[in-house]
Amino acid sequence: MRTTLRFLRKGIVVELDQFEPTTTLLDYLRLQERSTGTKEGCNEGDCGACTVALGRLRDGKLVYEPVNSCILMLGQIDGCELVTVEDLEGPDGLHPVQQALVDLHGSQCGFCTPGFVMSLFTLYHARTPGLTRQDVNTWLAGNLCRCTGYRPIVDAALDACRAGLNDAFAARAAETEGKLAALHDSQDMRVGDEERFFFAPCSFQSLLETYGKHPDATLLSGATDVGLWVTKDLRDLPKIIFLGRVAGLSTCYEDEQGIRIGAGASYTVSEEFLKSIDPDLDVVISRIGSKQVRASGTVGGNIANGSPIGDMPPMLIALGAEIELQSIRGRRNLALESFFIDYGKQDIGEGEVLTSISVPRLAEDEQFRAYKISKRFDQDISAVMAAFCLSVKEGVVESARIAYGGMAGIPKRASGAEAALVGAELHDPGSWERALRAIENDFSPLSDMRASASYRCDVACGLLEKALVEIAAKSSQHTRVHGQRELDAGGAHVN
Amino acid sequence: MSTDLLEKTKGRVSSSHVVGKALEHDSAQKHVSGKATYVDDIIEPHGTLHVAPGYEADAVCGRITKVDLSAVRGAPGVVAVLDASDIPGVNDCSPVAGDDPVLATDRIVFHGQLIFLVVAETRLQARKAARLAHIEVEEETPLVSVADALKAEQTVLPDYEFRRGSPEQTIAQSELTLKSRLEMGGQEHFYLEGQVAFAFPGEDGDMLVQSSTQHPTEVQHTVAKVLGLDDGAVTVEVRRMGGAFGGKEAQANQWAALAALAAHATGRPCKCRLDRDDDMILTGKRHDFMVDLAAGYDGSGKIEAVQIDLHSRCGCSADLSLGINDRAMFHSDNSYYYPQVLIRSKRLKTNTVSNTAFRGFGGPQGMLSCERLMDGIAIQLGLDPLDVRKANFYREDANTTPYGQSVDEYDVLAKLVDQLERSSDYRARRKAVEAFNADNTVLKKGIALTPVKFGIAFTLTHLNQAGALLHLYRDGSVHLNHGGTEMGQGLYQKVAQIAATEMGVSLSKVKITATNTSKVANTSPTAASSGADLNGMATAIACREIVGRLKTFAAGHFEVSEEDITLRDDQMLIGGEPKLSIKALAHLAYEHRIQMSSSGFYKTPEIVWDRAQVKGHPFLYYAYGASCSEVVIDTLTGEMKVERVDVLHDVGTSLNPALDMGQIEGGFVQGMGWLTTEELWFDKAGHLKTHAPSTYKIPTASDVPEIFNVALYESEGNPAPTIYRSKAVGEPPLMLPISVFCAINDAISSLNKGVLPKLDAPATPEAILKAVKAIKAGEGA
Repeated sequence: MRTTLRFLRKGIVVELDQFEPTTTLLDYLRLQERSTGTKEGCNEGDCGACTVALGRLRDGKLVYEPVNSCILMLGQIDGCELVTVEDLEGPDGLHPVQQALVDLHGSQCGFCTPGFVMSLFTLYHARTPGLTRQDVNTWLAGNLCRCTGYRPIVDAALDACRAGLNDAFAARAAETEGKLAALHDSQDMRVGDEERFFFAPCSFQSLLETYGKHPDATLLSGATDVGLWVTKDLRDLPKIIFLGRVAGLSTCYEDEQGIRIGAGASYTVSEEFLKSIDPDLDVVISRIGSKQVRASGTVGGNIANGSPIGDMPPMLIALGAEIELQSIRGRRNLALESFFIDYGKQDIGEGEVLTSISVPRLAEDEQFRAYKISKRFDQDISAVMAAFCLSVKEGVVESARIAYGGMAGIPKRASGAEAALVGAELHDPGSWERALRAIENDFSPLSDMRASASYRCDVACGLLEKALVEIAAKSSQHTRVHGQRELDAGGAHVN
Repeated sequence: MSTDLLEKTKGRVSSSHVVGKALEHDSAQKHVSGKATYVDDIIEPHGTLHVAPGYEADAVCGRITKVDLSAVRGAPGVVAVLDASDIPGVNDCSPVAGDDPVLATDRIVFHGQLIFLVVAETRLQARKAARLAHIEVEEETPLVSVADALKAEQTVLPDYEFRRGSPEQTIAQSELTLKSRLEMGGQEHFYLEGQVAFAFPGEDGDMLVQSSTQHPTEVQHTVAKVLGLDDGAVTVEVRRMGGAFGGKEAQANQWAALAALAAHATGRPCKCRLDRDDDMILTGKRHDFMVDLAAGYDGSGKIEAVQIDLHSRCGCSADLSLGINDRAMFHSDNSYYYPQVLIRSKRLKTNTVSNTAFRGFGGPQGMLSCERLMDGIAIQLGLDPLDVRKANFYREDANTTPYGQSVDEYDVLAKLVDQLERSSDYRARRKAVEAFNADNTVLKKGIALTPVKFGIAFTLTHLNQAGALLHLYRDGSVHLNHGGTEMGQGLYQKVAQIAATEMGVSLSKVKITATNTSKVANTSPTAASSGADLNGMATAIACREIVGRLKTFAAGHFEVSEEDITLRDDQMLIGGEPKLSIKALAHLAYEHRIQMSSSGFYKTPEIVWDRAQVKGHPFLYYAYGASCSEVVIDTLTGEMKVERVDVLHDVGTSLNPALDMGQIEGGFVQGMGWLTTEELWFDKAGHLKTHAPSTYKIPTASDVPEIFNVALYESEGNPAPTIYRSKAVGEPPLMLPISVFCAINDAISSLNKGVLPKLDAPATPEAILKAVKAIKAGEGA
């Protein structure tokens, strides 16, 4: 057992043997290190002013990802390289992304700017081929600017990131990779004592043992939700068990049955696998949170927190996903939809950990559509999330799995509409009517700040109609204000 | 772009001068490297304490029956817990009316109203302790909405009206009439840097406050008032704000008062920085309005008479609501002549946080109202809305506003709109939109081209003054200070460009310094788009004073005439020939005991406004612009996308085209947010539920149209005598995206021609779908 947190900072390994389990990375930077370039804008991971870059090894290669330091617990950066806005300027001057922002007037008040700089730093290192405005927009969805209107920032991003890779970080990548590899010691880490600790186990065995011993501990994955318990609810979480270092928990793979997502895999990693099932998964996942949130947040966390408005569960339920739970007592599998019992209540026992999600591929005759409805296109929480998986033979719906988020206290199937849709003919919109009307009886949603109950019902109905129109027309060209699945699909499987 | 503009400024400024150049923001390099210091980044002296505001978590309105702070006092790290009884001076932080207690005493009137403050060793300790209070409030039924307040007839200020003729009668007799109601939401500022102040106690009870404020003088005055000190005992400094947009004009006062009160009580430096949720709950927003419109018009769409009733939610106190609602009235004509008109304004009092200044200051709400009129008339007549707009533009024989000021630059308006109509290819795209709509059932497109005319000057005339302080040092460097504040708009850079030009030195020789009430006193807020107009002119006046003294000295010393001397490019020229460097000149002048410091003072000429008589000339000039937007909506979900925007905007002769473009684009996107995604949602009990960026959605990069063409109008220069004939640019662009709202309206109206869509702002997906459903059922606004 290691009793210090270790991370790489400006080329040097920093070791910390004392910090509160819920100290945020931002507070560490601003209050302890006194690196005040990184700003606090919202303290909840939405505005991106606190964005820093974490360098990690992925398949042995150094990858920089942006994270919101305000809701990231300090202990989560074990084994990472931490890069902040102060680190980018070198003896030869500003970093290319910084210089481009200056040249193209990308800052006004400047408060959001360090966060943009760090997001752009990670984009610069991502080396996206054929980088487009839309790519940049998606990458920057988690950075809010209230002054510039974004145009000059996006221009700066395109200018800087289309140019060749030429910075000090690239030059010393091999050296950094070596240092990061040396930090991977396969030892459990615990900072604190039996009563207050940040524990980062390396194996399933010690995860399950420790959780068995401390069932009151908080399991922490990406902290994109738990972080707010700390920064907004001011909750004292004396015992934290961090899942991010558990060997195998973040592993994703595909086999004949489908895709298996490790519960600890980030959205960024999971997306690469899930998008091969259907392009709509890619479209929706790219709108979950922001780049920062997807780099930290996990599909497992999105399920385990039991939120009625999580974006993944409706899609996974429509696809017929199963989950695996483990504890020291053993393991079990269950259909994802039966995991959600009621608002705030899930089928998970004491000491039990969600370990993986298995998602089957679509059958030959299955058609999938997923839609997210929110006030803002990017980085918003759904008012309604809808997913449809229809089995269609010769233009007739044989069976349907339809799941919604935001329509009930849990992600829920529209059983009435599913039944009413059987036998509906794609070429005859009149035959859809019964199913469209059934939605209203399937749900009694709430009115809140995201949407009224009546809008939720209207849009749930509208989305079923949209799915049917698209499947019937084999096109989304005339049905979507944003993008087209046929274009977004790239090389992926298109129905 | 910059070269063209420089050409234009010839004759006024030499091409070697820095005014008119598209230079970067003065702090750009510091912004990108994290070196720019904001209040929370100032190195904390040993012993610094932290302040957290204390309020009852749920109560909205009623008498306070119990305040038990014992658990707060006993919490770890707590040094002091203060309430209203600890205020040595006056318990008020209002800008004008004396109706905003710093800490509530016997009753609260909105959710989140402060009752106490906690001072603790760390900010987290203070925040945690503040939640341990036990407070009981005898709750009353709150007035939350405009409708609630209208019914209860509660106002914060008296009604006000502009009238010409008898529009009621004319409308009643008109063959063609329009009646419509429009509701428009408020807007959260969402400055990225939240409210913050840091107070440092000095000897004799003096106080230095580092504040993120647009109005240092008012913070100074508020702190002095609350602490029972003379204004002279309080110094306020602000180097920069991380955004403000009006939200730090009046409402930075309270946080500075809290920090100063804590510093006064503990004798230690105290910082008060609000958490984002507190910031959004505890500070005011743009006023939401409910507007009733009526018009009579002829068959060509020309207006005969208009009646506009503006009802605004001011919140629990007056704050700046007088000027804001007046400005809404001043802009309810936008660019259109109303032969007969009645504009009435009701300033409603509700049990919600006191609404405040926000970029546009009521102007946007007034302007949106009359654009609804234009759309309504066009839809009823089956005309292109642009033609109806043009038919009603101010023109030579019809250029008097409802408040009596004449619109002298009516030709700029017409030319600018004509140019944009051509450059945006409006007519062809209108046809393409119609063709698209004929072919599509799920998606519908809309297009609109709308103008902006915005009056420049504080309508409270005495605020139209500014001061500057300049020192020329012996080494030829210049120390620049003025009363304007930097919130991102680039004011410091624009004024430095003016100073460098006037002094004849390179920009690098001009040291920009933080705004400080002990250097320039009695400043006006940096607001009303006036920052560069006022402070630029005051600075030029100070520079000219010093330059004049130098010239007089040099003329005597070198035995030449003053007219032959110019200062340029860091040189003193005699008869066009370099004689010596300004550095050497400054040294020489010093040795000859020439005073090289000067203050400059400027007051805007020509403006007069008699509010009681509704008479005068409140604005020095108008700024103009226009935009054309095209959108696509989804009739199944209400989703919307802005596909293309073209903007043409008049900044007179630009002081810095890059900074001006930044204001135009940024203002556009901010205004677009107000009209589309940004929704303030209160529950029925009066709690704001959208108090964080997770629920309150300002635009992100992907909301900006893929095609976004923005250009500066090729101006002959401002006919009004402004600094280098420039025009103010801070607020006017915020109203350009009214074309986005009108384009959405246009798309919806395609579903049932002849019916005015029942679309309210913000046009969220829900609002759009609601209007779609209504129009399909034949219901109009």
